[in-house]
Amino acid sequence: MCLAIPVRVVAVEGNVATVDLGGSRAKARLDTLGEPVQVGDYLLVHAGFALRRLDPADAEETLRLFQEILALGDNP
Amino acid sequence: MKRLLEEKITALHGAGGLVMEKLLLEHILPKFKLRAAGPIGLDQLDDGAVLDLPPGKIVFTTDSHVVKPLFFPGGDIGKLAVTGTVNDLVVMGARPVALSLALVIEEGFSFADLERILESAALVLAELGVALVTGDTKVMGKGELDGLVVNTTGIGVAERVIPDSGVRPGDLLLVTGPVGEHGLAILAARHELPVETPVESDVAPLWPALAPALETGGITAMKDPTRGGLAAALNEMAKKSGVGMEVDEAKIPVRPEVRGLCELLGISPYELACEGRAVLAVAPAKAEEVLRALECHPLTRHARVIGQAVESYPGRVVLRTAVGGRRFLEMPLGDPVPRIC
Amino acid sequence: MSELFSLRNPEWAERFRGLLEKLRPPRPVRIVHVCGTHEITIAQHGLRSLLPETVEVLEGPGCPVCVTSTRDLDCALRIAERGAILCTFGDMTRVPGTRMTLEEARAEGADVRVVLSAADAVEIARRNPQKPVVFFAVGFETTAPGTAAVLLDNPPDNFFVLVSHKLIPPALAALLSAPPVEIAAFLAPGHVSTVIGAGAYREIAARFRVPIVVAGFEPLDILYALALVLRQLREGRAEVENAYPRSVTEEGNLRAQELLRRVFRVGPALWRGIGEIPASGLYLREEFAAHDAQREFGVEGELGEEKPPGCRCAEVLLARAVPTDCPLYGTTCTPLTPVGPCMVGAEGACNIWYRYAGRPRL
Repeated sequence: MCLAIPVRVVAVEGNVATVDLGGSRAKARLDTLGEPVQVGDYLLVHAGFALRRLDPADAEETLRLFQEILALGDNP
Repeated sequence: MKRLLEEKITALHGAGGLVMEKLLLEHILPKFKLRAAGPIGLDQLDDGAVLDLPPGKIVFTTDSHVVKPLFFPGGDIGKLAVTGTVNDLVVMGARPVALSLALVIEEGFSFADLERILESAALVLAELGVALVTGDTKVMGKGELDGLVVNTTGIGVAERVIPDSGVRPGDLLLVTGPVGEHGLAILAARHELPVETPVESDVAPLWPALAPALETGGITAMKDPTRGGLAAALNEMAKKSGVGMEVDEAKIPVRPEVRGLCELLGISPYELACEGRAVLAVAPAKAEEVLRALECHPLTRHARVIGQAVESYPGRVVLRTAVGGRRFLEMPLGDPVPRIC
Repeated sequence: MSELFSLRNPEWAERFRGLLEKLRPPRPVRIVHVCGTHEITIAQHGLRSLLPETVEVLEGPGCPVCVTSTRDLDCALRIAERGAILCTFGDMTRVPGTRMTLEEARAEGADVRVVLSAADAVEIARRNPQKPVVFFAVGFETTAPGTAAVLLDNPPDNFFVLVSHKLIPPALAALLSAPPVEIAAFLAPGHVSTVIGAGAYREIAARFRVPIVVAGFEPLDILYALALVLRQLREGRAEVENAYPRSVTEEGNLRAQELLRRVFRVGPALWRGIGEIPASGLYLREEFAAHDAQREFGVEGELGEEKPPGCRCAEVLLARAVPTDCPLYGTTCTPLTPVGPCMVGAEGACNIWYRYAGRPRL
């Protein structure tokens, strides 16, 4: 279920954002998001509705979490 | 004001009388530059064409084309119909010589659209130097078909025929360019998806690009990955040749805009039709030479080795995924649809 | 998209493979996910080939498309046959009702359209004011907020919704509540969890003593979540862990939850092949009755029992039966004519069993 992918906001008009993925553009409704959105933000969009604004810093946090558990494998 | 007969196709245009003759002589025939490949061709409006063929094996193929929409980003049904048949000849190892073109038109079809379609078919044939030698026009009642069906039949001549079934263990597998473009462009247009995309059909005749590669003698099997895309083409070649295949996902060329839209729609670029690509199996000793020959033409400049035929898993294709996993690349069940799951 | 790239990095995947091998359970364990998109990630990237031999990852009640009951599909088919424009997601058009799929209904002349979003269906209604336009709304907590949003946004009078939205936590509880249970742990769906929050699983994890790890959808996200599962099993813990914190918080998307509460009430729902699960479905509140397709088309109560009887998907999912125990398997139920969710999903247990006579090891 629930194919949802990170896309970049290239325009915002009312409660609709235009989002870009690799040069293809689609619309994403923002009613389902409880926070303001700006051009340049990354959104997680499912079936035309934004579910979350993604923070690029969280991507780094993901890699840190990976490192942490992989350290388990490195230490015998 | 123009008369109906000049704006729309009517039953009279297919009825074999004066109206039909006028349609043929004034609107259809003159668009095609090369109209004979022997003593009797299109101009004679005889019951058949008579061909003089160069020596070699005669390759013969036919295809009826229906596409929705008739005009799509990167092409239209006219270009697709002649290109599809030309490419079928080419991937058999044959130089295309002559084509037939048969139209089945829905009553009320726009004259201007028909002219555009024929012009783009004619352009492909003129550039290739392939003759249109015979044809047919029928009109069916409103609602009896969806716009237009185009059948093309082609004759080509091969010095050495290249079947799907010629892959041998050890052969390298090549694809001549990025995959998935035609199928994705059609899918986006057909479902009227509310997406804007730069993706266009890759529809293009393969002869000029593949002729030098054929001359190397190194190609053991060849197929155009049309319906079912790369996945279907590789599976068919593996099955008919009785070999297994190992393919490296990281080496399969896919344009970023295709990758992006596929992610958005939840479909696999490997299951989407191509109309200007070929999948080749090549003897390892000749691979360099074949690649060099392909790189000379813009259409096949991005040709890549994507894998190798093996003895294990006969009839199956194993994909080494970009992340390092392994899975079977399976024959698609049907046309891909956008998904939410 | 550099983030996407690194989450498919083969060197990291190899390190995860080594870690999973190190955490390898001594006896075979069965980890169940309940998400079509998890399955696609796992299958498309060949992740099963990276797992220790004792770890089996299975597609549970699958995706909302696979678990949509034949009764709801028959409703949709009947509405389409009565001249409405029926809009739904592409994958839904391939799932069979009693007589046919929506794709086949289109071939017979019904106006069935593929949309990417509930908002697209509203747009079609605006462009066709003279025709009823019905959005066949399937999906879990991820998809339902979009349906709610369009209903709260003054849709035109000719726009109707056939609601078949379902909820994940009650389904997990139902799978676990009939012992003996052979499920060692769940991967929880990351995008459902983006809406409902990781906290939504705590009660289930505690009550049934089962580890639940919320997982994302990139290959490394899944390998990471599996590492957390195996670590919990090794340490004898049964907790909720959030392996997808860049999208999932403890409390979830409160705005989306509020939309759901305003538009829907909760009731029992029919899951294909599994049967009725209490409090697992969403129904339109009375205020939205004017847009209720069931009411508008009078299809309520016209349809009989969920058919056909005999499907044993529920037991297959719970490892109490193997596919060949089912009387429908291989006869009326095949990958081309699927009956239960285990055959509808391409990587469902029955579908895999049918195509490979067991799972291939590569």
